[in-house]
Amino acid sequence: MVIWIVLLAMTAAAVMAVLWPLSRHYAVGRQANPDTQFYREQIAEIERDLARGVLLPSEAEAAKAEAGRRLLRATGMQADEAFAAVGEPALRRRRAASTLALSIIPLLALATYEIYGSPQLLSEPPGARMQPQQAGSSNLLGAVAEIEAHLAKNPQDGRGWEVIAPVYLRMGRIEDAVKAYESAIRHQAPDAARFANYGEVLVLAKDGLISAEAQAAFEQAIKLDPSAPKAQFYLARAAVQDGQTDKAKTILQQLLASSPADAPWTDSVRQELAALGAPESASVAEPQIGPEAIAGMVAGLASRLEAQGGTAEEWARLMRSYAVLGQRDKASDAAKRAREALAQDAQGLKTIDTMAQELKLTDAQP
Amino acid sequence: MLVEAGHFALALALGLSLIQFLVPLWGARANDPVLMAVAPTSALAVFACIAFSFLALTFAYLNSDFSVLNVVQNSHSAKPLIYKISGVWGNHEGSMLLWVLILALFGAVVAVSRNSIPMRLQANTLGVQAAVTIAFLLFILTTSNPFTRVVPAALEGQDLNPLLQDPGLAIHPPLLYIGYVGFSISFAFACAALIDGRIDAVWARIVRPWTLGAWAFLTLGIAMGSYWAYYELGWGGWWFWDPVENASLMPWLAGTALVHSTVVMEKRDALKVWTILLAILTFSLSLLGTFLVRSGVLTSVHSFAVDPERGTFILGILILFVGGSLALFAWRAPMLKQGGLFAPVSREGALVVNNLFLATACATVFIGTLYPLALEVLTAEKISVGAPFFNFTFLPLIVPLLLLLPLGQTLAWKRGNFLGTAQRLYAVFGISLLATVVMFAFTYGGPVLAPLGIGLGLYLVLGSLNEIVTRAWSKGTPLAAAWRKARGLPRSAWGTAIAHAGVGLTVIGIAATAWGIEAIGSLKVGERLKGGDYEVRLERVIPRVEANYREEAAVLTVFGSGRELGTIETMKRLYVTRGMPTTEAGILTIGLGQVYASIGDAQPDGSIGVRLYHKPLVLLIWIGSLVMAIGGGISLTDRRLRIGAPVPAKAIPPHAVPAE
Repeated sequence: MVIWIVLLAMTAAAVMAVLWPLSRHYAVGRQANPDTQFYREQIAEIERDLARGVLLPSEAEAAKAEAGRRLLRATGMQADEAFAAVGEPALRRRRAASTLALSIIPLLALATYEIYGSPQLLSEPPGARMQPQQAGSSNLLGAVAEIEAHLAKNPQDGRGWEVIAPVYLRMGRIEDAVKAYESAIRHQAPDAARFANYGEVLVLAKDGLISAEAQAAFEQAIKLDPSAPKAQFYLARAAVQDGQTDKAKTILQQLLASSPADAPWTDSVRQELAALGAPESASVAEPQIGPEAIAGMVAGLASRLEAQGGTAEEWARLMRSYAVLGQRDKASDAAKRAREALAQDAQGLKTIDTMAQELKLTDAQP
Repeated sequence: MLVEAGHFALALALGLSLIQFLVPLWGARANDPVLMAVAPTSALAVFACIAFSFLALTFAYLNSDFSVLNVVQNSHSAKPLIYKISGVWGNHEGSMLLWVLILALFGAVVAVSRNSIPMRLQANTLGVQAAVTIAFLLFILTTSNPFTRVVPAALEGQDLNPLLQDPGLAIHPPLLYIGYVGFSISFAFACAALIDGRIDAVWARIVRPWTLGAWAFLTLGIAMGSYWAYYELGWGGWWFWDPVENASLMPWLAGTALVHSTVVMEKRDALKVWTILLAILTFSLSLLGTFLVRSGVLTSVHSFAVDPERGTFILGILILFVGGSLALFAWRAPMLKQGGLFAPVSREGALVVNNLFLATACATVFIGTLYPLALEVLTAEKISVGAPFFNFTFLPLIVPLLLLLPLGQTLAWKRGNFLGTAQRLYAVFGISLLATVVMFAFTYGGPVLAPLGIGLGLYLVLGSLNEIVTRAWSKGTPLAAAWRKARGLPRSAWGTAIAHAGVGLTVIGIAATAWGIEAIGSLKVGERLKGGDYEVRLERVIPRVEANYREEAAVLTVFGSGRELGTIETMKRLYVTRGMPTTEAGILTIGLGQVYASIGDAQPDGSIGVRLYHKPLVLLIWIGSLVMAIGGGISLTDRRLRIGAPVPAKAIPPHAVPAE
C-alpha cells in the first residue's frame, strides 16, 4: 500500500514540474535581444580590460570598432521578437499543454510500468520473503564453508550431508546436492523421506525428467513407507512419462484419498489429476515441490547460455526443460538460438537436431 | 520496493521526456515564453527521475538484492564494495542507464544556466535533447531493462566479468560517457540553431564550453581506457586499433575539429555551416560508437552480450538521429547567412587546415573500422584491418598536421604573415632538429623513426612554450613585467598552449615505444630473465585464495645495471564463479618508463612463463593526454567564457602580435 502512495506522489511531482511553469505570469517581451546584450557585454569587457592594462589602447579601439559593427547589425535584425504570452491563443496553448502533461505523464508511465515492471511484487513486498535471506546471505555462505570444511574432515557424517543438501539445492548447485544426498543415504539408516528427496534432486538435475535412477530411489522410499507422498507423486509422473496415464491416475487418487485434507501437496495433486483428465494436454504439469525451483533454474540456465554461450548439451538441456515445463514456443526459440550459437559446430548442431526431433519441435526445424 | 520505485521512475522519465520534447518546441515555434519555460523544469524533473532510478539500481547492487536479474548476472555477494558500485555500469543494462543519466544531467545543467542562454535556443535545445532521451529510455525499457526481477530470488550471483573487476572500470566508462554524451548537447544546440534558422557568434560562444568540456572528458576517458587495457590485458600494448577503440577515437577526432572550428565561428562569425555539420557528425559518431560497442557487431569485452534485437534498436536510433539531423541540415543550412572574411594565411586559415586534416583522419579511421564489417555483411568474407592500415593512412595525415600546429598557433588572426611567423619559430625548430640529430647519433642502429618522433614531440612542446613566452616577453622587458603579462594572458591562451604541449608529450611517449624491449622466458625460482638494460629474478610463486578468485602470484626482483631496483608482483587469477582466468601485470615505474612483467602458465618442469618488457617514457602517452585534458579545462575556466563576452576581435593588429 505504501508503495502505491509513493508512486502516486512521484507521478504528482512529475506532473507539477510541468504545470508549475505553465501557471506563471509573463510580462510581454520581457527578454532583451540576446545578441545586442552579448555585444554590449563584449564592449564593456573591452573597456574593463583596457582599464586593467591588459589591452593596448590601439588594440582596444580596433576591438571595440568590430564589436560595435556587429552590435549595429544585431540591432538592425531585431524585429518580430516580442513574445506572445497573453491573449486568447496563448491561453488555449496553456490549457492544451496542461492537458498534455496531465494525460501523457501518468498514462505513459503507468502503461510502461504495467508492461515491463513487476507490480505483482509490490502488493506482496519481496522484503517479507527475501530480506532475512539476503541479510543472512553472507552468513549463510560462511556457514556453508564451515560445514564443507567439517565434512571434508568427517565425510562419514551423514547428518551433515543431509543438512547441507537442501542448501546446495537452494543455491542452484544441483550436482552438489545430488552428491550430498548420496552420501547422506550411504552413511545413515534407510529413511523414506531421504530417498524421496534424493530422487527429487535427481529429477531436478535432469530438468524434470525421471531417470531410472530416480525411479529406483522413489521405489525404495515406497518400500520403506508405502504412504510417502513425495515418492508417490513422482512415481505417478514417471508413469505419465511412460505413457501409463491410468496407472498415474490411480496412484494420485490413492495419494489424495490417504492425505489429510489440509496437506500442502493436495493442490498440486489435484492439478496433476486435472491435467491427466484432459489427455490432449499430455504435457506434464509442474511438480509439487519443484515448480519454482525448476523455473528459477531454467531461467538461470537460459540467461547463462544467453550471456556466455555454452555446450550443445546445455542448450539441449534448456530445450528439454522448456518442453517439460510445457513452454513449447520457448523450446523452439531455444533451439533457434542454439543453432545460431553453435553455427560453427556440426556435432553440436546434430545434438540440437536430435533433441528437437525427440521433443517434436517441428516448427524449429532449420 | 525501492527497485520497483526505481523502475517506475524510469517510466515516469519517459513520459516527462515526451512533454519536454513536445511543449518547448511548440512554444519556440509559437514564440510563447510560458510553453518554453516548461523546458527547464521538465529537464530537471527528468534528471531527478533517472537519478533516482540509478540510485535504486545501485542500492540493489550494494545490498546484493538477487531478486534483480541484472544483479544476479553481474554481481556476487563476496565482491569487494567498489566493484559492487562499479558493477552497476559494468554491464549492458546498467551502462545504458548511466548513459541516459549523464544525458539527463547535461540537460539539467543546460536548464539551470538559464541566464546565459537565450530562451528560444534553450527551449529548442532541450526539446531536441529530449528526443534523444526518449529514444534511449525506450531502448532501455524495452530491450535492456536493468530492473527485470527473478522470482524466487537467486541465492548467489554469477559475478562480474573478471576483466572488469578493476579500479579502471570505476572511472573509464563514466569519463567516456560524459564525453560521448556531452557531444549530444552540441548536437542539440546545432539542431536547435537549424530549427530556429539563427546561428551566430553568440551561438558559438554558448556551445564552446560544452564542446570543450565533452572533449576534455572524452580525452580522459580514452586515455584511461588505453591505460587500463595496457595493464589489465597483459600484452603490454596500449592501443590496438581495435574497432571499439576506434569507435571512441572517431568522435574524439571530430570533436577536436569541432572545438577548433567553434573558435573561428566565435571570433570571425565564419565557418557556420561547417561547424553545425561537425556538431552533428560528432554526435553521430558517438552514436555509431554506441552502436558498434553495444550491438554485438563486434565481439569484445565491451559487448557484454550479443543480442540482435538490441543491435537493431540502436541501429534504428542511429538512423533516426543521423538521418533526421542531416535532413534538417540539408533543409535549413542554405538559409544560414555567412559571416566574416579572413585571409587564407591567418589563424582562421590554419584552423580550417586543422579541420581538413582532422576530418580526413577521422574518415580513414571510419573506413578502416567499418569497411571490414561492410565486407563481411556483403560477401561473408572476413578481413582484418589492423595497425598496418592505420600506420599507412592515419599517420601521414596526423604528422603534417602536427608539423603545422605550432605555425598555426603562432599565426595572427584574420591576416597573418607566414614568413614572420616562421621566423618566430626558427629557434624552436632548430632546437628540435638538433635534439633529433643528437638522439639519432646516440641510438645509431636503433629504430630510425623514434628520434624523429621525439623531435616532433619536442617541437610541439617548445612551440607551445614559445607562444606564451613571445607573447609575454620581448627583448628588454624585465622578467617581472613579463611574468605579470604572462599571467594576464587569457586562460584560453594558456589552455591552448598547455593542450598542445600535451599533444607533444603524447607524441614523445608514442615515439619512444619504438625503443621498447621484449623478452620471453621460462623461469624457475631463482632464475633470471634479461630484457635490455633490465633483468628480473623469479623469487617465489605464491598461491593465494581471495573472496572471489584464486591466484598464483609471482614475485620478481628487478635489477637495472647491476643494482636492485625493487620487486614487482604479477598474478594469474582464476575467478571461481565464472571460471575465467585473467592476468594482472606487474609494473615497476622507473622515471617515466616502466618495467612490465606478466606471467603465463606453469610448465610441467615447474618453471613458469614470464614476459618482460621495458618501455621507456611510456607514461608520457597518458601524461600527455592528461595535460591535454587539463589544457581543455583551463580554457573552459576562461573568464570570457564564463561571463558571456568573448575575446576582443581585432580588425588589423598594429604589429604582428597574435590575438587571443
